[in-house]
Amino acid sequence: MGLRSYIIARVLLTIPMMLLLLSIVFVVVRVLPGDPVALHFERRASEEAMETMRQRLGLDKPLYVQYFEYLGGLLKGDFGKSMQDYSPIGQQISSAFPATLELAIFSMLIAITTGILLGVRASRSYNSLQDHSIRAFGTIAYAIPVFFLGMIFQLIFAVELGWFPTGLRTRPTMEPYGLTLYLNEPAGGFVTVLLWSFLVGLICWALCFVVLKRRRVKFWPRGFLLSLPAFLAGWIVWTFAAWHFTSVGVLHISTGLFTIDSLLEGNIVKFVEALKGLCLPSLTLGIVLSGVFIRLTRSNMLETLRVDYVTAARARGLKETAVVYGYALRNAFLPILTMMGLQFATLLGGAILTETTFSWPGLGRYLVSRINFRDYTAIQGAIIYFGLIVALVNLVVDIFYAYLDPRIRL
Amino acid sequence: MRKLETKRTFLTSFLSGLTSFTKRVRGVFANFLRNLASLRKRGSAGWMTLIGSVIVSSIVIMTLISPWVAPSDPTAAPPVIDNPLRAPPSWDFPMGTNKLGQDMLSRVLCGGAVMLQVAVLSVFFCFLIGVPIGLFASYTGGMLDKVCSLVMDSFYAFPGLVLAIAIAAMMGRGVVNMALAIAVVYIPSYFRVVRSQVLTIKELPYTEAAQAAGAKGRTILLRYILPNVVPSIVVVATVNFADAILTAAGLTFIGLGVGIDVPDWGWDLTKGFELLPSGAWWVITFPGIMIILLALGFTLIGEGLSELLNPRLEQ
Repeated sequence: MGLRSYIIARVLLTIPMMLLLLSIVFVVVRVLPGDPVALHFERRASEEAMETMRQRLGLDKPLYVQYFEYLGGLLKGDFGKSMQDYSPIGQQISSAFPATLELAIFSMLIAITTGILLGVRASRSYNSLQDHSIRAFGTIAYAIPVFFLGMIFQLIFAVELGWFPTGLRTRPTMEPYGLTLYLNEPAGGFVTVLLWSFLVGLICWALCFVVLKRRRVKFWPRGFLLSLPAFLAGWIVWTFAAWHFTSVGVLHISTGLFTIDSLLEGNIVKFVEALKGLCLPSLTLGIVLSGVFIRLTRSNMLETLRVDYVTAARARGLKETAVVYGYALRNAFLPILTMMGLQFATLLGGAILTETTFSWPGLGRYLVSRINFRDYTAIQGAIIYFGLIVALVNLVVDIFYAYLDPRIRL
Repeated sequence: MRKLETKRTFLTSFLSGLTSFTKRVRGVFANFLRNLASLRKRGSAGWMTLIGSVIVSSIVIMTLISPWVAPSDPTAAPPVIDNPLRAPPSWDFPMGTNKLGQDMLSRVLCGGAVMLQVAVLSVFFCFLIGVPIGLFASYTGGMLDKVCSLVMDSFYAFPGLVLAIAIAAMMGRGVVNMALAIAVVYIPSYFRVVRSQVLTIKELPYTEAAQAAGAKGRTILLRYILPNVVPSIVVVATVNFADAILTAAGLTFIGLGVGIDVPDWGWDLTKGFELLPSGAWWVITFPGIMIILLALGFTLIGEGLSELLNPRLEQ
């Protein structure tokens, strides 16, 4: 079986899975108690009015008719209309989804980097104090409820220290699903912009150093003097650019990911604001997820570090970091990749709790708020969307895996 | 002597039965403790199991004796009690009080019952549903196996909490409902473990020998395969306890908890979340630490057991 037929088989297998999920959710939602119409009227409407509403929502039809109608709509890309406010579900979901996506991407990045770095570190110092403490960290991180960590972070960094806003991404008074932004205000004064742009200058400086180090230029005094202009240029140019752009004040949403939108606009102040909002939630979720990656990286690295080709690489006199990251980690990476796909589902589950903790207007909060109203179409839509994302991610991971490891395709 | 033997009334037989029973129980218990103590000699995995079991058993004991130990009634509301509201930890209230003035120490002491019940019940349900399906489907093979695998895989790949939220919300409050909602999420992991084990054991010589000797399918399944699957199920179940506890806490946090009149760590966290802007750290910290400890205990046991039963990394 070639790579192409493997991909085709994999895609074809996803379809019955999604169909199954949809059917189960469809039945479960309708079989279990709770009535969207009664909840819509808050149980204060007459029987006739409720009956009219049921007809309007199509709830009076037999179950299988409803099912096939919904399925037909879904095939055309129509998620149906909300039973609570009649707005199209697809639109609501696609306005809530970018928030979840941004959170998921950043926390996955944090989880993987901390997981791999700490896991490698632990495996290199097997059975030492460092190894034990990293293992303990991993185990404890796994056992912490996401929302508890989020609350503690919020308590320390937002309430006590005041470094981050308490209501993130949106203000508490705002409609959470409209994605009206708190970034829309003009940013502080010129001094703030100046200070933040200092960071950009530092980044330019660091980049310059990297280039100079490649060319083996000594740091003092030539390297330092050569890179100084880069720092000053970065700082000054960015200050004026940022000052110019911040006076505009409104963040144009094109992708819905605030970090990317602000970068597209070239506005460092808004970018930093977006990062500030993102910092605590993604750190929370990332730390909790990193436990699994630490454990997995450690155990796989312990195995690969003992393999002959690693010893051979050491014997050839390669640097230890080159041996560990270039030879051992490369081969220990496949199981980590699989775990990334599997953990993505856990991540989305954790995202619901994190979104609730940080009032983050994502898909998870949308689902939770609609469940209380028994908004059938919204629940189905959100769950299908979750399922689609997970299926997609797993598909990508599987294909990547097959690409890396040709044995899979046989 | 003879007199004693002849006088076997109902009461004496009952009493002697009782003493032999307690003796046996004591023997089993002592044996268990001895085994537990010998874990120290089994390296880091043994230590993990030991520490985990100590944590879990002390929390279980604490929950069992809490009604007699707790300094005040954990569920009494303001007209009955007259405590300061949201008081930070002090000598009178070592863990502070919550929004209603209830003593957090008593609530923390009594709060484990709900979590433990939900965890035990959900693991029980998983066991009851996941293991037989896994055994039967993978032993029979063919179409049934394929269909079951497909169903279980699609559940396995799906964000479990989403599903648990949907089901728990529809079924309403209650320990059993919550346990069922959690069980649905974790059944696939049992199924997968059982299936992979059965597929290996099915091909082993002793199973083939039993088949050749003419044993029935049921006999092979129950007497040859099941006992060999049990160790890996036990490992899954222990890790599952931790997951069930965390999921239960998450469900409670979202507002699908067991109830208001029951002391519950998850519920305390939820209520403490509302007090967060006022900086009342004591309302969330102590119940949160208890949840972490309980989940940590089960994770440690699970990890330790899986290493003890499957010593791959030992040199």
